[in-house]
Amino acid sequence: MTGVAGLTLAIALDRSGFSDAAELARDINGASLSPWVTIAPDGAISIMSPATEMGQGSMTSLPLILAEELDADWDKVRIVPVPVIEKIYGNPAFGGSITTAGSTAVTAYYDRLRIFGAQVRRVLLENAARKWGVPVEELHTEPSVVVHKNSGRRLSYGEIAGFAEIPAVAPEIKPEQLKKTNEFRLIGRDVMRVELPSKVNGTATYSIDLQVPGMIYGAVLESPVEGAMPEQFDESKVSAISGVIATVRLPYGVGVLAETPWAAFAGKAAVERSVTWSRTGKAWGFDSDKGIEAFATAAHDLAVPVTTDWFRQGDAAQALRNAATVIEAEYRCDYAYHAQMEPLNAIAHVSPLGDAVELWCGTQSPTMAVDTAARALGISREKVTLHYTLLGGGFGRRGHRDDDYIVHAVLLSKAAKRPVKMMWTREDDMHNGRLRPITAHYLRAGLDSTGQIVAWHQRLAGDRVIPYMDPIRYKLGGEKDTILMLGVELRSYDIANQYCGLIYRDTGVRTSPLRGIGYTANKFVTEAFLDEIAHKRAVDPVQLRLALLKNTPRGRAVVERVAQMANWGARRSAGRALGFAFIDYSNSLLAGVAEISVDQVEGRIKVHNFWCTIDCGVPVQPDNVVAQTQSSLIYGMGLALTERISIRDGSVEQSNFYDYQVMRMNDVPDIHIEILATQNHPTGAGQMATPLVAPAISNAFAALTGKRLRETPMTRDRVKKALS
Amino acid sequence: MATEFRINGQAVSSDAPTATPLLWVIREQLKLTGTKFGCGAGLCGACMVHIDGRRAFSCQTQLADVAGRAVTTIEGLSANSSHPVQKAWLAERVPQCGYCQSGQIMSAADLLKQSPHPTRDEIITHMSTNICRCGTYSRIVRAIERAAREG
Repeated sequence: MTGVAGLTLAIALDRSGFSDAAELARDINGASLSPWVTIAPDGAISIMSPATEMGQGSMTSLPLILAEELDADWDKVRIVPVPVIEKIYGNPAFGGSITTAGSTAVTAYYDRLRIFGAQVRRVLLENAARKWGVPVEELHTEPSVVVHKNSGRRLSYGEIAGFAEIPAVAPEIKPEQLKKTNEFRLIGRDVMRVELPSKVNGTATYSIDLQVPGMIYGAVLESPVEGAMPEQFDESKVSAISGVIATVRLPYGVGVLAETPWAAFAGKAAVERSVTWSRTGKAWGFDSDKGIEAFATAAHDLAVPVTTDWFRQGDAAQALRNAATVIEAEYRCDYAYHAQMEPLNAIAHVSPLGDAVELWCGTQSPTMAVDTAARALGISREKVTLHYTLLGGGFGRRGHRDDDYIVHAVLLSKAAKRPVKMMWTREDDMHNGRLRPITAHYLRAGLDSTGQIVAWHQRLAGDRVIPYMDPIRYKLGGEKDTILMLGVELRSYDIANQYCGLIYRDTGVRTSPLRGIGYTANKFVTEAFLDEIAHKRAVDPVQLRLALLKNTPRGRAVVERVAQMANWGARRSAGRALGFAFIDYSNSLLAGVAEISVDQVEGRIKVHNFWCTIDCGVPVQPDNVVAQTQSSLIYGMGLALTERISIRDGSVEQSNFYDYQVMRMNDVPDIHIEILATQNHPTGAGQMATPLVAPAISNAFAALTGKRLRETPMTRDRVKKALS
Repeated sequence: MATEFRINGQAVSSDAPTATPLLWVIREQLKLTGTKFGCGAGLCGACMVHIDGRRAFSCQTQLADVAGRAVTTIEGLSANSSHPVQKAWLAERVPQCGYCQSGQIMSAADLLKQSPHPTRDEIITHMSTNICRCGTYSRIVRAIERAAREG
């Protein structure tokens, strides 16, 4: 299907030379019009997708944005995952690496994909104009067709691809030459996600589903504490298991190679029964129950110096001293685990000399996956061939600088000198968890004599994330732990004097971004504390938000609408109450209302309804925005109510879904979502509702019982304690 | 000694130890990878198959348990994704990451076989065996109701 004579030039879209990608795009099918688009003579249009797909839908949404300006017939579009060529396909929001994270894909690629699409459309128009000998201004396009209205002539994009001359330099497209919103045929209109049909018949392929010729199986018992090494284990017990080929001593664990997965897992279990670990590594001796107490003490004790002044606006300390009233409270959040449904796994095939590797895995960052494999072998990136697949969930777990599941597969294959499919069990996945960090927050708000908030002062003690998950990003990013800290600033609220100091701790526990990142803890704290202030002042919590949002009309709109949807202010049936929360998250604006009841004997909070509004600018795929909002709300409910990882002696205590309980169908409320579409640049939608849930529930609990839950998750024990 | 059984209408045999979880035989020996590994403990339902027409956790079923019996996986549920549950799943755009969805669909098909017009409560009770970490639950309910309606 390759190559049509005369159609092999690629457009250099930013003059930096795209020859590799041009080669690739040309190989896909027909005439390569840019490293992003190939149009075959039969009219098939291949568009590259730079986002990995973990259920969030951007593998479809990004090509759709390009297709919009290209005016492509969507039924003729085929989506092709990009090769790992950062200079062409990198995510501007992640330093140009090919990374799908932070709900940035649509936001960060939107403008450039529109321009690319418009450039290719212009080339097609100019070719048709030359062919017909008419001015290009007389032409327009319908989906995948160039039309000359005056003569009634039509040329399909495929036909044009058969004779097109492609300029060496891409035509310039000015912003005003892009489509107006009301001219969109695809953006804002739902299409079927490309991979969806494969997800109802078992053909969707994740890395765990692959087999490669000659492969064997690998399991790894990773050290319970980062930095610990295996000392000894009873190898004879392992090798006695039928099907076990060998054990492999790794720097941070013990691997078992076997003919079958069951033999590999049995071998790993045998290792686990006898292994001892060196007490190297920082987290030994750390207990999270005591740890969070120490964090809270440090946050509360003003004599403990902050590590950095994370955020400062006005003079909160001075305003606090001058305030007529000061309100204070302390909040805490526990460790949490991603629990993506696919236990992490990878297949690696290291060359006999150990100087090259072919790798198959699901990853949020093909760039990081390549880096990880290269570093594990001490080889250059060019020697790594990556095949990335669909992900059975990501949620932030699969984009670390040294993703452990990739390292495991690579080192096992190197030892085996064969391809190895390395799989974790659920227990491995949880024990090796890289967690949402613990935080403790001490907040003070100063009110003037009229009750206005004149000072907002927070001291936050938190466990580090970015220095562990990606030291290079930490350095390049000016040593700012945004994963931990984002969300402490009250950007939308009219509060002049704000301060947040960070008391930075390194427990040695493995940490990670997790859906909602710092926003989940930090907006829980903010929105629950604001509710406390509203109650102290006897002001309606919604009215308080509306007053604080006086300079943020989009914020007021989501608040007002959700209050209408929930019939805020109306009496609820006996034993039920409402709680409210508002958040701004990466320029998306959301408001939520939870309706709950409480089983006071069991300590169980039941959420009956959750109403939510979201303004994420132009909703590129509205139904998908709703789906992601439903998803992120339910994820937030688990984090709010039940999901809790505890650490004892540096090790994760939980093992599987019996002691780490995620939301099931019988846990979830009726969810009511409205998108408030605006003409603003599209902003994130993949995780924005997660941080709404805990404060809305906590506030509803206070409305119902008069007691405050200032700690997540709001487990049954904590509920019972609050009520006692 | 080989264990013989039927899968998706075909006779197969496996030489895996008889205590091996059926899940791994299905996935790694028979290469029917639509059935997923999620927890290995009967807690998440990603591995759900039908054995003699009723749903079962294949991770909790030993190979010996299916000797002489008929196993159906997602691949055998229908030709061309034509089962009413599969059609409804697409119409309601249920899947996100999709990893749990084979198990969800097998559970839902089992429910509708036992109870062609389930109440909302029956759906919730039956389906709470299956975890969807992407939280597609409300769409799953809608899809099951659609499948019951449209048959």
